[in-house]
Amino acid sequence: MDKILSVDSLNVSFNTRGTIITAVNNLSFGLQKNEVLGIVGESGSGKSQTVLSLMGLLESNGAATGSAVFKNKEILGLPDKELNKIRGNEIAMIFQDPMSSLNPYVTIGQQMSGVLRQHSKDNKKEARDRCVEMLSAVKVPSPDKRIDGYSFELSGGMRQRVMIATALLTSPDLLIADEPTTALDVTVQEKILDLILEVKEKFLMSVILITHDLGVVARTCDNVLVLKNGIKQEYGDTEQIFYSPQAEHTQELLFKSRELDEPLQKTEPNIEPQTSASIKKLSVFFPLPKNNFFSKTEHLKAVNNLSFDVKEGEILGVVGESGSGKSTLARSILKLQKPTGGSISVFGENILRMNNKQTKKFRKNIQVVFQDPFSSLNPRMTVSEILAEPLDSFFPKTTKIDAIQTITGCLDDVGLGAGFLGRYPHELSGGQCQRVAIARALISKPKLLVCDEAVSALDASIRAEIIELLLKLKQHKKLTMIFIAHDLAVVKKICDRVLVMQKGILIEQGKTNTVFQNPANQYTKDLLDSVPVPDPRLEKEKYRKRLSNRN
Amino acid sequence: MNSREKNKSNSLLSDAWRVLKKNKAAATSAWAMVVMGLMVIFGPLVSPFALDQTDWYQISAQPGLASGHIFGTDDLGRDLFVRVMHGGRISLMVGLVATMVSVIIGVSYGAMSGFIGGKTDAIMMRAVDVLYAMPFLFFVILLMVFFGRSIFLIFVAIGAVNWLDIARIVRGQTLNLKGKEFVDAARTGGATTTRIVFKHIVPNLLGLVVVYVALTVPQVILVESFLSFLGLGVQEPMTSWGALVNQGARQMETSPWMLLFPGMFLATTLFCFNFIGDGLRDALDPKDRTRESG
Repeated sequence: MDKILSVDSLNVSFNTRGTIITAVNNLSFGLQKNEVLGIVGESGSGKSQTVLSLMGLLESNGAATGSAVFKNKEILGLPDKELNKIRGNEIAMIFQDPMSSLNPYVTIGQQMSGVLRQHSKDNKKEARDRCVEMLSAVKVPSPDKRIDGYSFELSGGMRQRVMIATALLTSPDLLIADEPTTALDVTVQEKILDLILEVKEKFLMSVILITHDLGVVARTCDNVLVLKNGIKQEYGDTEQIFYSPQAEHTQELLFKSRELDEPLQKTEPNIEPQTSASIKKLSVFFPLPKNNFFSKTEHLKAVNNLSFDVKEGEILGVVGESGSGKSTLARSILKLQKPTGGSISVFGENILRMNNKQTKKFRKNIQVVFQDPFSSLNPRMTVSEILAEPLDSFFPKTTKIDAIQTITGCLDDVGLGAGFLGRYPHELSGGQCQRVAIARALISKPKLLVCDEAVSALDASIRAEIIELLLKLKQHKKLTMIFIAHDLAVVKKICDRVLVMQKGILIEQGKTNTVFQNPANQYTKDLLDSVPVPDPRLEKEKYRKRLSNRN
Repeated sequence: MNSREKNKSNSLLSDAWRVLKKNKAAATSAWAMVVMGLMVIFGPLVSPFALDQTDWYQISAQPGLASGHIFGTDDLGRDLFVRVMHGGRISLMVGLVATMVSVIIGVSYGAMSGFIGGKTDAIMMRAVDVLYAMPFLFFVILLMVFFGRSIFLIFVAIGAVNWLDIARIVRGQTLNLKGKEFVDAARTGGATTTRIVFKHIVPNLLGLVVVYVALTVPQVILVESFLSFLGLGVQEPMTSWGALVNQGARQMETSPWMLLFPGMFLATTLFCFNFIGDGLRDALDPKDRTRESG
């Protein structure tokens, strides 16, 4: 096998207002033809900067030194004109967010052939044919029709397929995939990863896969490079690294990801729990745009005839893919969305029949933490203003001094000091923002806390911290929690009971351990199966099984 | 990260101000506007001539220091410097006041309409459509006929038409902001609709509105000039830059300074506001700011 890429003592540093920050430190690795290399690390470990420096795509204040030889040619420090012949042609790249990497204003065909005509002299017809060919190679259904469609007509998974097809157009020798499945559902992730492996074999490419998910690595990679703070921790064969990790950081990462997979011995809630919320035959429909004025209005059934109870003191997990109606359900319980039918009663009161005064009392008792820590805080308010708002409306008689005390106390509860009071959200990290959002939710001393994907947008290590915080607060404040997530591992770790939803319908509900170990429903089984586990042999076994099933 | 820690707790606006200061064109324009503002306020006080005082010996006099008429005089022997400064007072006042009026009405109306949504939104926006359909000149002439000519009417006329644009833009942006999670969070935090609109939505529209103001002020000044040009604007002996340019244009061949000086002031103001608007747009764009701070 011949070497396609060899990187030798690569250094990447950034000059930020006179301060030099080293992102990648003395990194060396190689890549064989047809090999899949995984680069793993938490965010800030320099994994993206490594590949960006190879492509010559560093920000203007970045500098790379060392050597990177691609097909016997030094590519580091090559002028843009030379690099453009390689970028997109011999090295192609796909990114995390398929939503923003496609231009919504041009058709998929135009977008794809644009790349093609940069690098070859095909005429329009040939370019189109080649695009259709590639779309069918990545299994986009009816590619000759899709090619004239727009990106917003496609689901996230389909968009990522289009991105892969675009990358393949020029038959590159190296495909760099930067977190290609992080934004996708697990079931879709499984298909995309399989697809990457398949096209790799078909077109004899090498692949560099950047990810923070060890399960993904175990599923796809031949070799692994583990990074921390820009420094190589470990580099070698996947199986060797997974079964006998040498570096401390690798062991830590593996421990963290396996911890989530182990069945937990949960202590059953000891008292016979009372019902704190009861949802009966809840339906939420959204009218779809009509085809013409006279046609009957069709409805999107976001939540369809759902009934369940929330017991006091438990953590109820709600899982499902995107579009399964989890968030609509949460919004209905919070009285932010008017249901089409059914009833919701919280603490014995029907929330759909409340006057303003009752609503206020209800809102005091039920609070929410949202997914995106940045968009859930008003960027124009300081932390203390954000926390003062619910205090003002629920306890209008609080004096200023008391208010400051309560706010500081609440910040202290979530592990932030009084120094944060005057800060604006853009001066906080994602984890700190989420802590502020939790503080805001808890300041009115609620009994029920709804977490709508509260940890999904966070890094693995920060996620673990926030989960710990939530569990601690739940213990201290005797909270009941509804925990909505698409991340099954997290749900398994912290929830007492789970609901599984698909397309607005309740598929299954039960004790967490029961549902996860003996799922009664096929959909639940598939969902559980598609979560990649950090065990290369098991993953390869699963991959082979899927391949033989398909043939 | 480090730079962030260093100058912590600076608001978005002070951040924006820092970026704006680095933009040479915008910063210079801002200073130029300050100087011009001081000039039109104090200029007439310093000058020995009055607005409507005729210097019988200096009719259509060229600019010169000897005569004391540094900008010259017009065909009625009135000192042009004083008239340009007085005209500046009117023009800038119309620009700022009419813009303020239209911003206040437009932002409240647009934000309410967008936030409440549904039928209320539909009705409020159709009302805007109806007002849009009214021909502007006809509207102005109608006002003049009913109430007689006065500066106040110009504010009303321009304000009444301009807020429609702002309401439209603000409504669109509000629809966008409404879906943000912090609005839901505020609602679960017990905030009332009015509070959400004015505490959460409006401050986040600030960037957009500030830019819009900077671009509307020169536009309003131009509209006033246009009205004055048609003879619907301010009344003699009061004057505005638009009226002065109008008079100057008629005397262009014999006394070009009558066109030159008011024209220069008008053009400079328009340029300055455009540069300031441009600079503010860049400064208030968070993406630009992160790039700047690395």
